[in-house]
Amino acid sequence: MLSSQIKPNEIIFGSCNKDLLEEIIFYGIGLGADFVEIFIENTDNSSVLAEEDFITSVSPSFGRGAGIRIFKDTKDGFVSTNDLTKNGLMRSVSQAIEMLDITDNKKIEVFNGLDKHRDYSLSKKKWINEVPSIHEISEKLLVSTNSLKKNNKIITRKGSYSRNLQEVIIASSDGTYVSDIRLHQTVGLNVIASDAQYRSSGSRRFGSSGMPHEFRLWDHEKAANDVFESSMNMLYADYVEAGQMPVVLANKFGGVIFHEACGHLLETTQIERGTTPFENKLNKKIAHESVTAIDEGISEGSFGSLSVDDEGMEPEKSVLIKDGILKKFISDRAGELRTGHKRTGSGRRQNYSFAAASRMRNTYIAKGEHSKEDLINSISDGLYCKSMGGGSVGATGQFNFAVEEGYLIKNGKLTNPVKGATLIGEAKEVMPKISMCGNDLELAPGFCGSISGSVNVTVGQPHIKVDSITVGGR
Amino acid sequence: MNAKELTIQISEAADSLNLKKWDYGASFSNDYSVQVDKGEAKQLKASQKQILTIRVWNESNLVGITTTSDISESGIKKALNQANIASDFGNKNERTEFSPLAKNPIEVNDSKKRNPVGIKKLLTLLREAEVKLLESHESIKSVPYNGLSESFYERVYANSDGAFRSYTKSQAALYLYARAEEKNKKPRSSGSIKLGYGVEDIDIESCIKDASNKTISHLNYSSIKTDKYLICFSPESFLTIINAFSSMFNARSILDGVSLSNKNSIGEKLSTEALNIYDDGLHEKNISSSPFDGEGTPTKRLCLINKGRLENFIHSESTARIFKTIPTGHAGLGSKVSVSPDWIVVEKSEEISDLKTSLDHSNYEGEFIYIEELNAIHAGVRASQGSFSLPFDGWLYKNGKKISIESATVAGDIKYLLKNIVNIESNQEVTTSGISPHIWVDELSITGDA
Repeated sequence: MLSSQIKPNEIIFGSCNKDLLEEIIFYGIGLGADFVEIFIENTDNSSVLAEEDFITSVSPSFGRGAGIRIFKDTKDGFVSTNDLTKNGLMRSVSQAIEMLDITDNKKIEVFNGLDKHRDYSLSKKKWINEVPSIHEISEKLLVSTNSLKKNNKIITRKGSYSRNLQEVIIASSDGTYVSDIRLHQTVGLNVIASDAQYRSSGSRRFGSSGMPHEFRLWDHEKAANDVFESSMNMLYADYVEAGQMPVVLANKFGGVIFHEACGHLLETTQIERGTTPFENKLNKKIAHESVTAIDEGISEGSFGSLSVDDEGMEPEKSVLIKDGILKKFISDRAGELRTGHKRTGSGRRQNYSFAAASRMRNTYIAKGEHSKEDLINSISDGLYCKSMGGGSVGATGQFNFAVEEGYLIKNGKLTNPVKGATLIGEAKEVMPKISMCGNDLELAPGFCGSISGSVNVTVGQPHIKVDSITVGGR
Repeated sequence: MNAKELTIQISEAADSLNLKKWDYGASFSNDYSVQVDKGEAKQLKASQKQILTIRVWNESNLVGITTTSDISESGIKKALNQANIASDFGNKNERTEFSPLAKNPIEVNDSKKRNPVGIKKLLTLLREAEVKLLESHESIKSVPYNGLSESFYERVYANSDGAFRSYTKSQAALYLYARAEEKNKKPRSSGSIKLGYGVEDIDIESCIKDASNKTISHLNYSSIKTDKYLICFSPESFLTIINAFSSMFNARSILDGVSLSNKNSIGEKLSTEALNIYDDGLHEKNISSSPFDGEGTPTKRLCLINKGRLENFIHSESTARIFKTIPTGHAGLGSKVSVSPDWIVVEKSEEISDLKTSLDHSNYEGEFIYIEELNAIHAGVRASQGSFSLPFDGWLYKNGKKISIESATVAGDIKYLLKNIVNIESNQEVTTSGISPHIWVDELSITGDA
């Protein structure tokens, strides 16, 4: 699909490379590998930035590369290269074999050739012609930054768009032979407001996968109003007073609490490292009975959805926690091999230069039965976190994340806006404290950085109440 | 293909497309890394990577750009074509030119370049390091995050005006993060990172010792009361906070309206007269030093804060032109050229000041909090507003004793922090991100859960 100079015996996208791929896999198996996987990608990306009333950056990029992974027992060797010729790929296989110090090739694994080609890309080849042109993107971004010009306190207005088109071929010695095309688009708005010594900022990001027309449907007016209101509400906000308190976390990106506090600890990579407190908790209670949590890759158009994961498996809907009981871990091939937890179609990577790892996709707390008002009314003195910033989780399960837009709750009512809050805690201590879930589940797109690079995900939840959490402030 | 050949190929391709003005930046790298798990190899990685970024100026002198990993003849032509198309959307309000310093002489010293030791040697060394770390204390049960790597790379900048510069480098890194567990206590984790030009330059024993000592020192922990405290920032944590707010020194951020500074801020008093801060990418201790930036401008030492006052901003070609000065060697090649610091050096000036020199982290007996390492910078810093609220690893010192803090955040405002520096210790320490002494700050808010 994307042009490149084709050399003899080179992987060609859109063609059947079966003989060539089989030859490379046979080569690796013949040298003593237990398992050989080839991941090849071709990318075509662009991004556009509008600042104030001008387009200030247009950045196209394209590339290609391959990642070869060899397993011997539970060890794996991974080699990435930009050389997609037969010689280049064979060289990578040899390098991985050598790294693993495989010298005993008497016990040869059986490789019966690749299965029938599963081509998920057939209906997606037209996407490249359906996505908006740079011209169309630029026009809409400028309209959206213009919509942010609502008063003279707004001193910085930005709109950004990014489109990633990734074409992949995955082949492995268990017969997997898959092709796919992935399309991700994101658009975001940011403002900074200022008045004398006061400053605030607001931002929102939207994203989709596999929906070439989604940017055209984006309601930029609504987004601009939302960002503007948020920045104005926070402009004169006082700093939050630090302490332990009950909090209500809003839906959509509020789900980052579950992503950071618990989701990462349910990835099999954490079991492999021995860094999750949930390792031996399968079928045991780890959360309040009001909590059911799901990780899936199948919601149509969601940012973390995929037709097939980066190891060639179709994604499943994994119920991680059911009524507070741990039911499943998020697993990839290495996770299954090393921990025994079955693969869930969650083997993901940023690109060819990373080996796949168990990663979240669309991860959310299921909706409950309460209204948002029920949750707020139940608190006499606490914090409402309307908009969340980023967060992270440490090696011992401690997490933290920033509150972008917060309001004090007094006697069951929202009162003053407050800034500078950080929520801090430990997963196994906080999960039992999520005592109420709202009935307004919504998802929000984001990027998650971890062992296999940055991948597209969605986080989500209904409004939830945490009975007590440490709020960092001043 | 070597850098000279690549330049010729790009020049010929540009000629064939009638593109008169162009420049490019490229990097070619080979990386090798290993991880281990209780004596066994876990993942072994090798990668060969090439990245080419081409800029093209059209007849209206507007710039377009494309980045690719495909440096075949057709890949280069496609990149030039795409950049030319993108130039239709070039920024008319802030035009970009070649750096006027792109042909100035630079000093390329590749005497510190090392040869690869190979995956097997990396694996052997890391296995030994893991064993030693596990044996260093009975409470250390695992080393969940570990890695030893070596990288070999070449960076190139060239333009159609005849500028051409390149350098080759090697770099190695070792990180060991241990996890300690004791009965009826929460697991604790800490670690150490060491860099070198090659694996043989890395002090592996010191990395093991640091990781072990740090981890063990956090075994006895306690909650802390929320309050305002006297703080001692370790060199590493102070550099983290300065880097997080480096938009104060950044001309690009000022033009974008996301800096706490403005065009007229030069000379503004930010801190005690005893504080000097430099950006010094060529410092001999900077393993990752680069002799030129993304626009080919030579890297140099630049004073950012002199005796407590803002002295200079860091610039790219276009910001320098707008500010009527010269580029400082801090540009990153992109459609919108980025600007960022290289390597921060913090030092105590010669100026006589009212520092409380009795504050010394090694012998001060009063109550204070020692911040060893700040975490989650991406989540807890509001650079455009000047505020931060960050979790940290550290200790409470009281009555001559220290106890690890279980879980806490430090919050404040960068301008307040700089204004409230009460001591700058004399001894500087080298870290992976720069050089700094210990810095004491009065009255910062700490949130604990006691």
